[in-house]
Amino acid sequence: MTNSPLSEGIVGGRLGPDQLADNFGDLHPRFDDHEALVAADRCYFCHDAPCMEACPTDIDIPLFIRQIATGTAEAAAKTILEQNILGGMCARVCPTETLCQEVCVREVAEGKPVEIGRLQRYATDVLMEAGVHPFERGAATGKRVAVVGAGPAGLAAAHRLAMHGHDVTVFDARPKAGGLNEFGIASYKSVDGFAAKEVDWLLQIGGITVETGKALGSGLTLEALKGDYDAVFLGIGLGGVNALGVEGEEKDGVLDAVDFIAELRQASDMADVAIGRDVVVIGGGMTAVDAAVQAKLLGALNVSLVYRRGRDRMNASVFEQDLAASKGVRIITNASPKAVIGNGAVREIEFEYTDDDLKPTGQTVRLAADQVFKAIGQTLEGADLPETERGKIKVGDTGRTSVAGVWAGGDCASGGDDLTVTAVAEGRDAAEDIHAALMA
Amino acid sequence: MANLQSDFVGIKSPNPFWLASAPPTDKEYNVRRAFEAGWGGVVWKTLGEEGPPVVNVNGPRYGAIHGADRRLLGLNNIELITDRPLEVNLQEIKSVKRDYPDRAVVVSLMVPCEEDSWKRILPLVEETGADGIELNFGCPHGMAERGMGAAVGQVPEYVEMVTRWCKATTRMPVIVKLTPNITNILNPATAAMKGGADAVSLINTINSITGVDLDVMAPMPTIDGKGTHGGYCGPAVKPIAMNMVAEIARNAETANLPMSGIGGVTTWRDAAEFMALGAGNVQVCTAAMTYGFKIVEEMISGLSQWMDEKGHTSTADFVGMATPNVTDWQYLNLNHVTKAVIDEDACIKCGRCYAACEDTSHQAIAMSEDRVFSVKDEECVACNLCVNVCPVEGCITMRTLEPGEMDERTGTPVSEEYGNWLGHPNNPSVQAAE
Repeated sequence: MTNSPLSEGIVGGRLGPDQLADNFGDLHPRFDDHEALVAADRCYFCHDAPCMEACPTDIDIPLFIRQIATGTAEAAAKTILEQNILGGMCARVCPTETLCQEVCVREVAEGKPVEIGRLQRYATDVLMEAGVHPFERGAATGKRVAVVGAGPAGLAAAHRLAMHGHDVTVFDARPKAGGLNEFGIASYKSVDGFAAKEVDWLLQIGGITVETGKALGSGLTLEALKGDYDAVFLGIGLGGVNALGVEGEEKDGVLDAVDFIAELRQASDMADVAIGRDVVVIGGGMTAVDAAVQAKLLGALNVSLVYRRGRDRMNASVFEQDLAASKGVRIITNASPKAVIGNGAVREIEFEYTDDDLKPTGQTVRLAADQVFKAIGQTLEGADLPETERGKIKVGDTGRTSVAGVWAGGDCASGGDDLTVTAVAEGRDAAEDIHAALMA
Repeated sequence: MANLQSDFVGIKSPNPFWLASAPPTDKEYNVRRAFEAGWGGVVWKTLGEEGPPVVNVNGPRYGAIHGADRRLLGLNNIELITDRPLEVNLQEIKSVKRDYPDRAVVVSLMVPCEEDSWKRILPLVEETGADGIELNFGCPHGMAERGMGAAVGQVPEYVEMVTRWCKATTRMPVIVKLTPNITNILNPATAAMKGGADAVSLINTINSITGVDLDVMAPMPTIDGKGTHGGYCGPAVKPIAMNMVAEIARNAETANLPMSGIGGVTTWRDAAEFMALGAGNVQVCTAAMTYGFKIVEEMISGLSQWMDEKGHTSTADFVGMATPNVTDWQYLNLNHVTKAVIDEDACIKCGRCYAACEDTSHQAIAMSEDRVFSVKDEECVACNLCVNVCPVEGCITMRTLEPGEMDERTGTPVSEEYGNWLGHPNNPSVQAAE
């Protein structure tokens, strides 16, 4: 090994292969059978359970945990997947600490919730490893639906539509289906190519064709889709990235965090991924944390995550913040970027301290940086889209847009948090509405 | 620290915790470990006649019922009496008793229902220096098929007869171990007493099938595709055992018959409960088989602390203290009215009380939009189900209404008079008398 955390510049191989393998291993390994039974035994089988209420996909959590406890993990998986066909990925990436597990009565009682996420992963893994797809496609309806975007929303919509017997074509701009599941999630949350395996498993329902390399404005137009198909679902995500809007932003070494995360997910060898010695990540959401933590795991010497407000305002959950801190990421709050400094490439970045109302204080600080990742939000991209509000496609409860015959869901649509699980719920519910509309 | 010294029908032990006749007391090695751990006494696993010993199955001997987290709640066994030669056991008993003179060593016996058989074995046991004998009239499996164990215990005349033979033959105290596999425990208990028993011990194990292997379609434990009923013990049987102890204690004829309480004793509290109902001491097996001999330390410290708190200076102080309060249903005060009360601060909002009451009982718990649970006094019959299903101890309690206070359910004030079924206007015999 020629490089180390101390090596100057942006280089790969700062850590040895064993260390890298260890760092990028499964964050929460799957429960074994014994662990699952012990964890399942803690569930009180609450009436009208708060955890269910907190789940955006309304999974019957007490029921599936009872099914695990009684030795029928496959039945548990079906309970989960009936509500959330991407229950396997959601078990890995859901911020359970702010959803089901936050309201678990045992969290209230003991500060230690039932480990719902890991139990969900256990059940779905058991079923998927057995190669079982527990749903059957309904009788063909002859209706054709176009789904644009093969991310969580699009896949959930496509599966539900296929179940109802419709013929579905899913388009995606990237070379692989999966969307953020495949390209936008920290590597240690989805190891061993799980996202791709899950897509293959989901497609076993049949009746779904995936066409990659196609997007609105790049081979597709909404107008043409409307003509060619009986209905259209848009799950196109947020393809654009917000700029810092500061002097020197164009300098070398200033990158989008989403690209870095995608590169990591597609890397066959983490040693090939170049990382700076002094890395600064700007932002306070999940993307920022995913980038910062992985920069550290690649062997960056110093990683700072800089957010313009206080920690309580960060979109990243407390669990994610703690994860970052435990990996050695330094979290700096109340600082807004002012200028990127360097001769061609970034060398330092200057911040100004701001109060919680973002009022500048006039005090500045400079951080050494040979690499800067921007993670201050993504934006909707695309031409000829239905009516938008606050930068997203405006939709009703079931995903109907301003254009007849066009539905939307997931991050690109208004309403709901930008979470995988929310996207799945929106895709599923839009599919049900499309089905009802087509069969009316 | 309270003195736990125990004197049970003249058999002294440093505490009232004995190990019951069972695998833990089958041989010298185990019994020495038990005494080192602090057990007050043992009932040595049942000896049989001289000659080739019995044989046990070589497949599984136990089956179990588990609670949450695989906590063992009930254990079932199909093991027979000792399968080691009589002379080996006798020699080991003698050796152990010599080294632990302060501990109780009682020997369990089971020989054919013939006087000569009993007359032959008793002197051999006496010679070991053992403190007493326990007649195994209880084992429900295997030996019963050969006319021993429960086959004797289920026939009061046999119980009395064998007890009499033993009393006539030995100077040692005779404890008769009773089987619960009968309809009325008073019959064998009375028979033992008539035969001259110094005490009875109860209960032996209960006929049981703990599970069915759904792959081979056979009861568990399964031996080569077949299973047989075993004897059930452990925490699950404690309520059954305590009822039988109480029945003997409150029956005038047997009220003074000493009892050794057996059946699911797992903690000091279980022991105290058995003793409060009239048992002079307790015998333990499943708890030791589950956790090892060390549990006796908790039993000793717990019982001592409780006795200190209550001001008891000897275990005899509280034996039978609860017996006078065990009565027939017909004497319960029907004018005693309680209502469930939910402590909102302690409530963790699981809603189990609501589900239980709404689905299966009296629709007496209200649930608000924000999951606040409250009792509807006008519906609550004080069944206690909500208390029992609540996962938080002390969260739901039963409040006793004061005399004169309105019972919202019946619309009548609580009477200060004691009134039972015998005088209740709905009782047909009361109406007949009028």
